[in-house]
Amino acid sequence: MGKAGLVSEGRNEHQRGPRMLVENVRLMDRMSSKKPALGTLYLTASHVIFVENVPETRKETWILHSEISSIEKQATTAGGCPLLIRCKNFQVLHLVVPQERDCQDVYISLLRLARPVKYEELFCFSFNPKLDKEEREQGWTLVDLREEYKRMGTPNSYWHLSDVNRDYRVCDSYPTDVYVPRSATAHIIVGSSKFRSRRRFPALCYYCKDTNASICRSSQPLSGFSARCLEDEQMLQAIRRANPGSDFMYVVDTRPKLNAMANRAAGKGYENEDNYANIKFQFIGIENIHVMRSSLQKMLEVCELRSPSMSDFLWGLENSGWLKHIKAILDAGVFIAKAVAEEGTSVLVHCSDGWDRTAQVCSVASLLLDPHYRTLKGFMVLIEKDWISFGHKFHHRYGHLDGDPKEISPVIDQFLECVWQLTEQFPCAFEFNERFLVHIQHHIYSCQFGTFLCNSQKERRELRIQERTHSLWAHLWKNRADYLNPLFRADHSQARGTLRPPTSPCNFTYKFWSGMYNRFEKGMQPRQSVTDYLMAVKEETQQLEEELQVLEERLEKIHKIPLSDTPGNREPGAPQSKCPGLSASTPSVGNPAADSGGQPKSSPSRSPSQGDDDSALILTQENLKSSDPDLSANSDQESGVEDLSCRSPSGGECLPSEDSGKDPDPDEAVFLTA
Amino acid sequence: MEFSELIRTGRAEAFLLPGPGQSPVRGTLCITSHHLLLSAGHGSPSDLWLLLRNVDAVEKRAAGNSGTITLKCKDLNVLQLEIEGLEETLDIAGSIEALSSLESVTTSYPFFYRPQSLKLGEAEDLHPPDHFYQQVALETNGWRLSTVNRDFNVCASYPPALVVPRGIGDEVLARSARFRQGGRFPVLCYYHSINGTVMLRSSQPLQGANRRRCAEDEELLKAALALGGGRGLVLDTRSAQAVKQARITGGGTEAKAAYSGWKRLHRPLERGRPLQDSFVRLVEACTDPSLSMDRWLSRLDGCRWLTHVKEALTIACLAAQGMDREGVCILVHGAEGTDVTLLVTSLTQLILDPKCRTLRGFQSLLEREWIQAGHPFQQRCAHSAYAQGRPKHEAPIFLLFLDCVWQLSRQFPLSLEFGEGMLLALFEHAYASPFGTFLCNSEKERYLCEVKTKTHSLWSSLNQSKERKRLCNPIYSPNPLALWPSVEPQSLQLWAGLFLRWTRPPEPAQEAWEQLWKIVTEREVADPL
Repeated sequence: MGKAGLVSEGRNEHQRGPRMLVENVRLMDRMSSKKPALGTLYLTASHVIFVENVPETRKETWILHSEISSIEKQATTAGGCPLLIRCKNFQVLHLVVPQERDCQDVYISLLRLARPVKYEELFCFSFNPKLDKEEREQGWTLVDLREEYKRMGTPNSYWHLSDVNRDYRVCDSYPTDVYVPRSATAHIIVGSSKFRSRRRFPALCYYCKDTNASICRSSQPLSGFSARCLEDEQMLQAIRRANPGSDFMYVVDTRPKLNAMANRAAGKGYENEDNYANIKFQFIGIENIHVMRSSLQKMLEVCELRSPSMSDFLWGLENSGWLKHIKAILDAGVFIAKAVAEEGTSVLVHCSDGWDRTAQVCSVASLLLDPHYRTLKGFMVLIEKDWISFGHKFHHRYGHLDGDPKEISPVIDQFLECVWQLTEQFPCAFEFNERFLVHIQHHIYSCQFGTFLCNSQKERRELRIQERTHSLWAHLWKNRADYLNPLFRADHSQARGTLRPPTSPCNFTYKFWSGMYNRFEKGMQPRQSVTDYLMAVKEETQQLEEELQVLEERLEKIHKIPLSDTPGNREPGAPQSKCPGLSASTPSVGNPAADSGGQPKSSPSRSPSQGDDDSALILTQENLKSSDPDLSANSDQESGVEDLSCRSPSGGECLPSEDSGKDPDPDEAVFLTA
Repeated sequence: MEFSELIRTGRAEAFLLPGPGQSPVRGTLCITSHHLLLSAGHGSPSDLWLLLRNVDAVEKRAAGNSGTITLKCKDLNVLQLEIEGLEETLDIAGSIEALSSLESVTTSYPFFYRPQSLKLGEAEDLHPPDHFYQQVALETNGWRLSTVNRDFNVCASYPPALVVPRGIGDEVLARSARFRQGGRFPVLCYYHSINGTVMLRSSQPLQGANRRRCAEDEELLKAALALGGGRGLVLDTRSAQAVKQARITGGGTEAKAAYSGWKRLHRPLERGRPLQDSFVRLVEACTDPSLSMDRWLSRLDGCRWLTHVKEALTIACLAAQGMDREGVCILVHGAEGTDVTLLVTSLTQLILDPKCRTLRGFQSLLEREWIQAGHPFQQRCAHSAYAQGRPKHEAPIFLLFLDCVWQLSRQFPLSLEFGEGMLLALFEHAYASPFGTFLCNSEKERYLCEVKTKTHSLWSSLNQSKERKRLCNPIYSPNPLALWPSVEPQSLQLWAGLFLRWTRPPEPAQEAWEQLWKIVTEREVADPL
């Protein structure tokens, strides 16, 4: 079924791109010496698909072309020609193609497909989740930044929405809506912008109602060794005065001091405390995008080691420096959050251009300060505000189109990891779960939705993204049941107020995130999901309570029925049919293995109609059972099902162990070699 | 001996400095024979009650007319007391040092502890010595309960009742015992009812340099093999090199030629001094405030603790896989067979046998495979990670076992009936406890000290319903399958709940635990059926 569906799909898309089919390809299991899976490899206009030959399962692996980060063709061996496809979501596909020539063809095609040169080639422009126009447009209004600034308490007597950047006249990488101090005139803003890299003048990022302190962001000043700018100095003064409770403000340069000093030679640099009244200047020392890119590369090499020893792993991880960088970003966030919440002091944050480290640090600080950003909706707003609207260069950083590889860097990945580290430290403080972060990371690279396209708001408007693509936020919001953290309680002490991660000694609170970087090595992950189990329990509780209410209402009615009514003479619509359903729908939680039949209710998003728009999140359909109607129906490209094994109590309970029970994984339990 | 002789000063005014999970107390400090008390007066809730046995090291510092005593506890907590008066400080420090290191078992606190909620001796029936045999007998009649060791004459570290092949008489056992270090002849410790394979444990055979053999020992293992399916594997927890060394001093391992059907595999596990050092270094690293993030991971690696966890789990998986998948009988031993041998046999059972994963089943496993099997708790847990001076017999093998269980519980969070609280409690009680359960080194010693009749059992205390919320896993759902853990470094974590317990704020984890219980309880309320 998989094959037929795919071929016809390919035919439809014939005009749009190449299609290729190679049989008898082997998919190797990277982490173990498990027997490779034999199957057919398909190349469509948008995906690489591998379908296993096993007739019962026909397990499928789908990969969007835009997810591919590198393709490596290795030397042909007797067994065939190995092809390594590495993805930006950390999946690695190790294929062996029988014929060298076929392998070369696949390789050449993929090289082209994985590096689109025009935006129109990206999947989001052809992705069609069958929503009508209105629904699609509504999706784009889900996150509303004007509403968000209103929620923070602006505009107010100190801050207002300025139209100075109308039509992107002052700064083309800023949004049109910019909040600045009321006392900052257009003259001051424009003057200040001319003194800042890429004209990214100081603008409001977060306003704290309780203390009046604010977080503003900008790029570095063009100060060189001695240059000054009166308007820029006035701009900072205006920001400081907008917080009457404090007589000074912090200026935080998130770069290492040496880097900032080097910039002075190029006519850039940092604020001189002597020139700006009442500022306290502070370096924080987060490394630049090139250091981060190579750090991630080193860490991924460690993740790819085959059966590493504990030392190999720990040394490799330390040498990559990755966790050190994560800690540096979080420390910066903690510093700023403390200034704003405890000292009541405003902070201006910048790095060089003010779109990478500045975005990381501002969003971490906001997250620590404001519980709203720890909710599902609030987190989307946070990314929209600090990353998308303020011109984080998604296209360049995540290589959406073929471009300069030196521009690529895991900047937002690091932010997501900071958030994950915090969720581990504060398990009740976040409304969303790990899966939410993982899926956002996935879609930053997938280009299935228009949300993260381009480098700036200006570019997105020119491309008419909102008219031509779908919003990721609407998609995530629709499936929010999948992303909830059952331990979250809005009234919990962790969820209220400022989060205060311990500062010292705290090294050991930073952990390797295997749920991200090794997430396709299912065997390495916990085999049972507490989150899914608890969500199912919660849902069941709710259902029981609703049923109880129905029964109580009914009881009340019965009491009201006059005695003359014969028992058989029930009023129409009495929930009689509810009764048998009640007992059938209350499987014992204590024995989840037995209630797999009751499963659908705990995962509403699993129904086939809704599964449609999950298409790129797919990836491996492990444990695909032909007996499951939902799954066997998923043969077309639009209806992927991501891994189910960890989704439900019953699945989580049985499948993995059952799986490992049938199919020993020699890396986990070494075979007898005696 | 009179305790009062050791108490040089019984009373002083003191201030307990706050720490994570420790609120400050100012009040009167009082030293009794077994406790340190610090009370703000009139039943204040934050009173400190410290079992002196829990003190691992005492450090004192004088400053003017007062002093500071730092008490480093075996449960890894560190308490700082400011005491008025220099002389008092020194006297109190001296008293604590003397009282915390008393070696006599029968004057230890468990012999004085009389809680109202428990009755002496009531725990005797909790884990009857023949319980394991009864379970095996339900499945097969190939094995029998031997009382050859009823007077502890054959083996001092074994319990009186042991399970052996039915066809093997007591005289054969006695002769085999003479061929094994400490008399620990091979006995049955787990029967895998799915395929009838068995796991045995013993100590090393006394082969010596001239490769002695023992017909009875060979006969015993042959009979066991015949019952378990015909193929056997000796899992020696030492390297081949270490075995060679052992032969020089009279030890050795099973020669292939002598034991047909048995193959041999050397899988060395760390033990003794190096393991204790590993523990000490890890605790140092976890409490070192000057350690920067750049160096933390290599420091963690240098401690080797996670490597030991990985290796222990790997070998247990190997044994479990051999039994479950390949139908092989396993004999585990190292040298004495009282340390890492028990680590391997108990972990294997936890992996394979769902019964061991219940609250009672786990206690029964500990009772059988650690306490009655003669793990020398008193020697191994005499000191924890802070003690100064050279360790003698200390080694945190039991802690390593608990850590491995914690790793299992992290990878299979629904499959164990007990939670982290249980593992923490076991760690504490193994090192210092008001209960008699972990006293002494063997059943023989416990018998001589009358531990079972004169002290209370930890199990009856843990089984009280008020402990449920602390010890039980609210999301437990029985899992009939084997738990195959991943032993990749990415899958193993530092046990923060234990090693970082006193260095990080406890509230977030506590709230999460309470929330977990709340969700499950709410469901129970909604569906009282």
